[in-house]
Amino acid sequence: MVDRSQRFAFVRDLATRWDLVAIVVVIGLLTFCAEASRGLFEPLAKLAGEPMSLDPVYLPFYAARTTLRMFAALALSLVFTFTYATWAAKSARAEKLLVPILDILQSVPILGFISITVVFFMSLVPGRVLGAEFAAIFAIFTSQAWNMAFSFYQSLRTVPHELEDAAASFRLSPWMRFWRLEVPFAMPALLWNMMMSMSGSWFFVVASESISVGNTNIALPGVGSYIALAIQQGSLRAIGWAIATMFIVILLYDQLIFRPLVVWGDRFRFDQEQGGHVPESWALTMLQRSRLMTALRTLFNAIIRWTSRKAPRPQLLLTATATATRVGRRADLLWYLLLVLVIALAVWRIARMLIGETTWHEAAQVAGLAALTMLRVMVLIGLASVVWVPIGIWVGLRPRATQIVQPVAQFLAAFPANLLFPLAVYGIVTWKLNPDVWLSPLMILGTQWYILFNVIAGAAAMPTELRYAAANLGLHGFLWWRKVALPGVLPYYVTGAITASGGSWNAAIVAELASWRNVQVKAHGLGAYIAEATTAGDFHRIILGIATMSLFVVAINRSFWRPLYYFAERKYRLS
Amino acid sequence: MNTAPELVTAQLLAVDNVCKSFPKPDGGELLVLEHVNLALKAGQIVGLLGRSGSGKSTLLRLIAGLDEPSSGALAFRGAPIAGCASGIAMVFQSFALFPWLTVYENVALGLEAQHMEKAAIRKRSLAAIDLIGLDGFESAYPRELSGGMRQRVGFARALVVHPDILLMDEPFSALDVLTAETLRTDFLDLWAEGQMPIKGVILVTHNIEEAVLMCDRILVFGSNPGRILSEIDVTLPQPRKRLDPTFRELVEKIYVEMTSRRSGDARSSKAERFPGSGIGSVLPRVSSNLLAGLVETVAAPPFNGTADLPKIASDLQMEIDELFPVAETLQMMRFAEVEGGDIKLTPEGLAFAHAHLNVRKQIFARHLLNYVPLAAHIRRVLDERASHAARKSRFIDELEDFMGENDAEQTLRAVISLARYAEAFAYDDANEMFNLENPV
Repeated sequence: MVDRSQRFAFVRDLATRWDLVAIVVVIGLLTFCAEASRGLFEPLAKLAGEPMSLDPVYLPFYAARTTLRMFAALALSLVFTFTYATWAAKSARAEKLLVPILDILQSVPILGFISITVVFFMSLVPGRVLGAEFAAIFAIFTSQAWNMAFSFYQSLRTVPHELEDAAASFRLSPWMRFWRLEVPFAMPALLWNMMMSMSGSWFFVVASESISVGNTNIALPGVGSYIALAIQQGSLRAIGWAIATMFIVILLYDQLIFRPLVVWGDRFRFDQEQGGHVPESWALTMLQRSRLMTALRTLFNAIIRWTSRKAPRPQLLLTATATATRVGRRADLLWYLLLVLVIALAVWRIARMLIGETTWHEAAQVAGLAALTMLRVMVLIGLASVVWVPIGIWVGLRPRATQIVQPVAQFLAAFPANLLFPLAVYGIVTWKLNPDVWLSPLMILGTQWYILFNVIAGAAAMPTELRYAAANLGLHGFLWWRKVALPGVLPYYVTGAITASGGSWNAAIVAELASWRNVQVKAHGLGAYIAEATTAGDFHRIILGIATMSLFVVAINRSFWRPLYYFAERKYRLS
Repeated sequence: MNTAPELVTAQLLAVDNVCKSFPKPDGGELLVLEHVNLALKAGQIVGLLGRSGSGKSTLLRLIAGLDEPSSGALAFRGAPIAGCASGIAMVFQSFALFPWLTVYENVALGLEAQHMEKAAIRKRSLAAIDLIGLDGFESAYPRELSGGMRQRVGFARALVVHPDILLMDEPFSALDVLTAETLRTDFLDLWAEGQMPIKGVILVTHNIEEAVLMCDRILVFGSNPGRILSEIDVTLPQPRKRLDPTFRELVEKIYVEMTSRRSGDARSSKAERFPGSGIGSVLPRVSSNLLAGLVETVAAPPFNGTADLPKIASDLQMEIDELFPVAETLQMMRFAEVEGGDIKLTPEGLAFAHAHLNVRKQIFARHLLNYVPLAAHIRRVLDERASHAARKSRFIDELEDFMGENDAEQTLRAVISLARYAEAFAYDDANEMFNLENPV
């Protein structure tokens, strides 16, 4: 035995077992990127020459293209997060404007923007596939970036004081401080939001790859276009293949990318106690055991060290504060003056655009449609709550059940529900159902899971002693639900319901107007209005629709969800 | 810098007439540090001893360059302090380690910030880790370590940059008694042997025995506003023994110093001169259980009504930060007198100790409304109003004329807690209203 291990010692030095796996994975990824990016610089006409095919043989290639687009958007979102959120957190002046903008962007129906941005990006690279790719990536980016930026901003604002003091006292430069203190501190929350973003953006992939604005029709090779084609041709079999592909792709990137990231991110948790539950990932084990990856990590660290060395050293930070406040006041004034000017200009432009083309009658009609959609969202959230809250509590109180159900619920939340729309339309057409009623459930099909998995998390987090105490007091039946279970999960439920409500508004744009072959099924609502305006390329009505929807969403968030959230946090958070 | 004349090196740090105030929400200024003078010479450990809120940590932040004084000057080696200087390093109460860096990386970080060569960083970091007794823990993450080991990393991280002055902000107060003692002894050994690359130490603490054990000079701080009450030179030779009579005498002397009238709230006496107000003193949040507990303990044998504060502190395992607020609240309510390091129950205090719950509550309510001006004021407002209800914000606004936002909130919370026990008035937190109703 000793002999053998000695003889092969050089192999052990050169590479570990995990290295072989790692090499295969890396080369595979490279090939995948090369394959997927082929054809980016080809002219648009070529796209038309190579029409999409419903043959499942092409699906792996389509899936690769789609996934690559999503990761490009994710990279873009990260860059946006690191710049925008940092700026907002570091400059009190910028913060006043940037944070509300982010808050609005977060609650605005992004789907409505696609049509506007497509035209812009197509004009950037006229006649090339690249322009359409940019447009699609940008659309996906808009569905990922805001919550990531928000989470990063909030992390930057809550860096513990003593760590900030320690960083200052050891005179870390701003650059070093960013990479050594702020980014690591923000990492767990950021990773979680990246996962949420990835899940959420599948919904938009389907909508953004096959773009038609007015007379422009583009179908970029991808799963989204495949589905669009399947709907057009009415092929249930192809839809089935697409669903299976999505299933595999989501499973793959979850195992290969996000699970390792989450496990790795666990070390950045600030609470220093050893957590009871340590997440595991085979892919991370592979990365950590392999020397190749160690080398890559060392390289990354070296880059940070090197750039830290090159970055300007901190000057004595405090000497200038006295004069700075005086100069600051004048600069403040200038800044606000500039803001007022910009806002006045924007209001004038919007008003000119809308007043010229729309009538009060139309505006009132749009508001009425918005009220209809709002009614739908509220009723559906209510129904979903009635169904999922008791189930969630039941599951959450049973660790075994939680282990099985929780990943499924999270997977379902990640699964783009619009894949299932064609089936619903098929049903409505076949049985001649009322679309105003039967299209509605589609809005919550993908978002109800947020309620379920948040409630499960809440019930699972309920202190054991509290449950024992309730049992000991003989609380049961209705009293138990009213005094123990429901208050215990309320903060979690509200978090889930907010996400579900926001997602449902967005989904309205695709859910209220769905099609199968050449049959269109339409419900009355703001979503259908925006979708119709988009197909017609009518920008005035698109803007009117989006503005109204944004207004409604923001108003509901401010007047209902946010107060409810703070109330639940203050009164019912068990900590 | 390295060829500075002896005169300059001897005087490491000079704090000259420093004041610090923070802006209040109503636009006024809240003074937290008043006319502080301090000198640190090479080879000295100077202790800043005081209760929380006495401004000692604020002073430490000023010295570290983390904040600026409102007036006065701070000089390090003869040059004014502006921003964090390279010759001053800090050890934090909560350790402030970066949880995502290993022990080695935490220690090396300060040198990396100085753009040193990689080999030099390695050599010096390992030396510091070695010195502080962390050998073998280089690749551990802070979360894997016990509190004591974490604070050792805190020390290594501060020492590795070879500072002239080491600032320690209650470095042992987050540790258990045994671990804290070990770390103190280890530190004093290294200091006595001259093994550490530091020339002077400033130690912030609220532990009297710790100050006497470690320091060459102790500055006793009073609160509201934070100021130096007295300077005490400790000439006992190291290593010092806690049971040594001279040691006990010194501890007793500082207790007397810290419980004397002038150590208390300077502003409250100012406010009490105005008839009708008197609500301007900041009240500590003290549980009624602690109040009753201390009264019972002092009333019972062996104390029989009069107790030595150092004795009772060690009997009850309470730090002065925990014990003093309780003793002072009892004094404010005329249940006890605190003077000369002793606590003595008044006749009412003794009656309270021996009464049953309902009688206790009656006595407590009477004293609360007679001797705590803020409680009397709230009760009066509630009695005068037909609705017998008043908003919390009304009283907060009044309090903020005298104190900062946080102090006002804390003071009101303290009164609410006392009044609930006394059943003097009620408070509904959901809509932030005071009222006279009894709960259903």
